[in-house]
Amino acid sequence: MLNFLLRRLAHALATLFGITLLIFALFHWVGGNPVLRLVGKSATPEEIARLTHRMGFDRPFWVQYFDYLGDLVRFDFGRSWETKQGIGEMLADGIGPSLSLALPAFAIATVVALTVALVAALYRDRWPDRLLVTLAVAGMSLSVLAFIIGAQYVFAFQAGWFPISGWEPGVRGLPFLMLPIAIWVAASVGSAVRFYRAVFLEEMRKEYVITARAKGLAWPRILSRHVLPNAMIPVLTHLVMELPMLFTGSLLLENFFGIPGLGNMSISAINASDLPVIQTMTFIGALLYLGANILGDVLYAVVDPRVRVG
Amino acid sequence: MLSGRLYSAMEVPLLLESVIRRLKRDKVALVAVCVIGLYLFAGLLSLAGLLASGFAEQVGEAYAPPSWAHPFGLDVLGRSVWERLVQGSRVALIVGFFSTAIAIPVGAVLGLVAGYFRGWVDALVVWLYSTLDAIPTILLLLAMALVLPTGKGLATVCIALGVTSWVSTCRVVRGEAIRQKELDYVRAARSLGAGNLRILFVHLLPNVLHLVLVQASLVFVYSIKSEVILSYLGVGVQNFPSWGVMIDDARLELVGRGVWWQFAAATAALFVLVLAFNLFNDALKDALDPKER
Repeated sequence: MLNFLLRRLAHALATLFGITLLIFALFHWVGGNPVLRLVGKSATPEEIARLTHRMGFDRPFWVQYFDYLGDLVRFDFGRSWETKQGIGEMLADGIGPSLSLALPAFAIATVVALTVALVAALYRDRWPDRLLVTLAVAGMSLSVLAFIIGAQYVFAFQAGWFPISGWEPGVRGLPFLMLPIAIWVAASVGSAVRFYRAVFLEEMRKEYVITARAKGLAWPRILSRHVLPNAMIPVLTHLVMELPMLFTGSLLLENFFGIPGLGNMSISAINASDLPVIQTMTFIGALLYLGANILGDVLYAVVDPRVRVG
Repeated sequence: MLSGRLYSAMEVPLLLESVIRRLKRDKVALVAVCVIGLYLFAGLLSLAGLLASGFAEQVGEAYAPPSWAHPFGLDVLGRSVWERLVQGSRVALIVGFFSTAIAIPVGAVLGLVAGYFRGWVDALVVWLYSTLDAIPTILLLLAMALVLPTGKGLATVCIALGVTSWVSTCRVVRGEAIRQKELDYVRAARSLGAGNLRILFVHLLPNVLHLVLVQASLVFVYSIKSEVILSYLGVGVQNFPSWGVMIDDARLELVGRGVWWQFAAATAALFVLVLAFNLFNDALKDALDPKER
């Protein structure tokens, strides 16, 4: 097990190296000289050259890259070009609002998707299944923008059932979060239902299910007690792969509903071409993905001994 | 390998023929293909300047609601929403086509090479795609759209989508190449003196082609959806009607004035095309691998 973990960590480290290299190359090299942006249009060439030298942008690529790595290790993400605020500070402020939306939304979406998929699998090829699958395909074909703009207009602006936008910490924030959570669930449940349904159907074809059926167990019981636990590995994979969605999934939702989280921050940064912030968000997102991947692999190794050896 | 049969490079038309034959039996697939065909037709006609060429002209009052003369209504500058919609389909198809044209060859070749040679080549390719995969796609796309020397616009969107969406193709093809390179037909080819290149592209490629086809269709629809979001965020198509730009414009019109037609039209156009592609993908998967049903 330890061996497996070490191997996994080495792999993650290599990927982390790639991620930092790519991000650095993209922003510092392809992105052009950031000094041009800082000094404004009226700067003379000498001023630009002086500032470029002072900020170290004229050093070789690798020197700058290792400098960047050093900053990352010290959790020094630099400052926003737009607000001049420390990015570390911005992250600390944004994580709470982001999680207050993403965690409940993710949990509810998972429960809804698993339930709907079980029902569809139970009624395989009969009308409830057909209806649910049709709805799922329709749902995954509708753009997330349509979900957000349409629902916000109809339920918040016209019907007035929910506040249009805003955020407050604690329980008082609940009314603000209900609509975005509902939209998240509606927009993400379609593809998840189709995936889980396929997993359940695959599992239901196995012989132990036929045995259970033969000894007279009812379908609901077979599904909940036998199929569901055995389908846990692919379900787990899917969930772990979706974990980074906690971060990127809320990008648009936070922006539309004025939730002051990381997603909203990213969108503002994009609109202002605030490269240090976008760069940090990209890095954090990649870090989350790597973490989720390692978590997933460890979970499998715990669940399925074959993984540890292979 | 398609349903247990091997295909040589000469027989690729045969493979396509059998796929088309199976697709023809699927009514849903037929309807989906017709819908996609209509969009393609509209896109091509507008590209040739034969349809919706007056999309930039004022044809009536600003925000005129749908009427007999203009069934889709008019936008803020009194331009026809219908004509802008048609131009949007042209943008969607261009983005879908070019990003697929970049992503699929890259993914297929890297996947084949990695799976066939293994060793350090494989390690490098896997490292490359794990890295790319780890970075949140939408942020990577946005970053590329901001920093690429081509500037914001259609070309950048295609390039950014193309170089980020080869990962799944590469992963799938690599897995299949690892499996198939141990099969008898590959060993036989090698014992007859076929070189690595020949084995890769004449023998292996036709037998992973069915996976590549499905991936191409998936990348195509993914690119269309992404273009809308990128354009909505302002880093996509500039100064030209795309569905994302239309939705972006329509957002404030909807809230401020209750002007719903531009939003509804762009959303519906996108929805129908993506739905048709999703249904087509399912049918294609079924046709290529009957036991997946």
